[in-house]
Amino acid sequence: MQRVPFYKDVRVLGVLLQVAVSLAVLGALFFLGYTAYRGMIARGIPFTFSFLTQEAGFTISEGKTLAIEHGRILLRPFQPSDAYWQAFFTGVYNTLRVSLAGIVLTTVLGVLVGVGRLSSNWLVNRLAFAYVELVRNTPLLVQMFFWYFGAILKLPPVRQASELFGMIVSQRGLFVPWPVPGPGWSHFAPFFWGAVVLLFVGAFWPRARRYAWGLGALLLVGGYLIAGDPLVISVPEKRGFRVVGGAQLSPEFSAVLLSLVVYTASYIAEIVRGAIQSLPKGQWEAAYSLGLSPGQTLRLVILPQAMRIIVPPLGNQYLNLTKNSSLAIAVGYPDLFNVYGTIANQSGRSLEGILIVMGVYLALSLTISALVNLYNRRVALRGAGR
Amino acid sequence: MRKGLVYIAVLVLALGALGMAQKSRMDVVKERGKLICGVNGKAPGFGYVDEKTGKYVGFDVDFCRAAAAALFDDPEKVEYVPLTAKARFNAIQTGEVDVVFRNTTITTSRDGAVGVDFLPVNFYDGQGVMVKKDSGVKSVYELEGATVCTNQGTTTEKNWTDFVRAQGWKGNKLLTFESFDKVFNAFLSGRCDAVTTDKSGLVGWKAKAPDPNALVILPETLSKEPLAGFTFQNDSRWKDALTWIVYATIQAEEFGITQKNLGQALKSDKPAFKRFLGVEGTLGKGLGLPNDFVARVIKHVGNYGEIYDRHLGPNSPFYIPRKGSLNDLYTRGGLMYSPPFR
Repeated sequence: MQRVPFYKDVRVLGVLLQVAVSLAVLGALFFLGYTAYRGMIARGIPFTFSFLTQEAGFTISEGKTLAIEHGRILLRPFQPSDAYWQAFFTGVYNTLRVSLAGIVLTTVLGVLVGVGRLSSNWLVNRLAFAYVELVRNTPLLVQMFFWYFGAILKLPPVRQASELFGMIVSQRGLFVPWPVPGPGWSHFAPFFWGAVVLLFVGAFWPRARRYAWGLGALLLVGGYLIAGDPLVISVPEKRGFRVVGGAQLSPEFSAVLLSLVVYTASYIAEIVRGAIQSLPKGQWEAAYSLGLSPGQTLRLVILPQAMRIIVPPLGNQYLNLTKNSSLAIAVGYPDLFNVYGTIANQSGRSLEGILIVMGVYLALSLTISALVNLYNRRVALRGAGR
Repeated sequence: MRKGLVYIAVLVLALGALGMAQKSRMDVVKERGKLICGVNGKAPGFGYVDEKTGKYVGFDVDFCRAAAAALFDDPEKVEYVPLTAKARFNAIQTGEVDVVFRNTTITTSRDGAVGVDFLPVNFYDGQGVMVKKDSGVKSVYELEGATVCTNQGTTTEKNWTDFVRAQGWKGNKLLTFESFDKVFNAFLSGRCDAVTTDKSGLVGWKAKAPDPNALVILPETLSKEPLAGFTFQNDSRWKDALTWIVYATIQAEEFGITQKNLGQALKSDKPAFKRFLGVEGTLGKGLGLPNDFVARVIKHVGNYGEIYDRHLGPNSPFYIPRKGSLNDLYTRGGLMYSPPFR
């Protein structure tokens, strides 16, 4: 057999080509980075992350940051004397807060609307259809503006706001009564955390669930009686310019959350509808002929099967929601991207800052993907996976 | 394959050219034949779009026009780039614009860490606070616990924070938005109890409100805000030229040279006038500008006082009294002072 010279060997050429392309890409990336670096040096702005430990000197309207006080690590509101990294942390905290709440609520709303799209009730069916088409076909940013400037800021001012069951609904936000640790909290805390642990034990270990949750409930009730007033209800109250007590949902948070939930739910509704419709009709008929009611059919037969189809695209929507939360800057909600804007401007470190922001969003997205994949593996058909 | 390599080579060369460009921005601007100027775009009186003509006008915009007049003898040779407070420094850092005239306060950290160089102050301002009249608030010291709105990436953001800290107030909130129109919108709808920014800005926004009489600017001035244009760090030729264009407007007012009497001034026998207007000597050339750049600036844009009166004078909707203020000439007790042209 005649040997082919290496420069005519397709396999060798293939490898060489790949190596060459990789080198060219790496070289270009390196060159880009190096040019940016030199350009910054030339303009007298060196590339450094040392600003992260400097004092920030500005405030952030809501959210918490990590701090070490008296040797204890705790979460507390951001203060102007905190460092830039703590400001970043507050941004991440706010992004997580709105994204997680958004993911939970949008899933509920999306599934409801998706099922509603298939309802045999004419009104429900049409309403769900109108909702999906209206929301899906207008830009998210416009909707966010609508919720903020058009809806929430049109609520009555605090002084004229009505109080309903201790709640205050105003353009300054929604204030609700909220339990806060009372004088007996320190005695109650061990019982409380014990119950939390048992809750998780039950959640991940179905066989012991009944005992774990039962014991947990017992702990809570028992602890409450022993400790005496571990929790007191803080009722919001108008005072001067502001409202004190209770828990507050700020207008900015509410607008971002509402718009993200409503927008993403319209996509989830379509995913749910598509998944249900892709199941063979025989599944419904078989369930009915076994005597299941329509509700039972949906809950016990249809949705479990539809989950397999729903979960992967649903994960995409979760990613979208999280990334879309960066639009919050439009209504002044201090999410990561918004806080980055202030940090970059006050410190002059925009390149370093945006690298951090991109890293955080990447980490968030990868985490969400990983969790969705994990769940997907659980609902996937046994043996259908790779 | 070969095509791909060519693309990469072109890309690399183009980037290299960018990175190695060491010539002054002045040459780039002259070659381009127009100035790219960063402005506010939404600051009434200072840099905004005229509703009738659709053009950028205002006090700051006139300094862009002055620079274009000095370079090209045509104040229209400017491309305006509206910048938010947040984006303005990036626009210089990345070279997107040649210079920014956008009511920007000179501060140490901006000059240092942010990496821009400031031109002479063209407006002395101070931070003020505006509230609604029906709130009954008469002084900033009554604002404990109040929610205050301002725009992001400004000195006012930090000043207000410092002020609240100094008072030891609890429960005050500062809400920041990307641009001041959103700040003002949120304020008018009642989201914030007060709005804070430079007093000149407050005057402008008050005038644009649906009912200006329902708003009150509180008497206190919280800070000093010397506003100036800025440009690249480490490009002294370009910075020097712009610096003296700004000074030229001030010196012209001191000399009493206006758009109207420029013709007579050009014929004047006074050596100072001759040097200043480029009839004699080489002041302009030394800066790399046309020798008659001062005359061009006065011809097209006017002196400092004329610029001021055009946009902020008693006949403008955004009247900010000048007499005896910091923005008056030093000869009348203000701070406007140009080093000598010689």
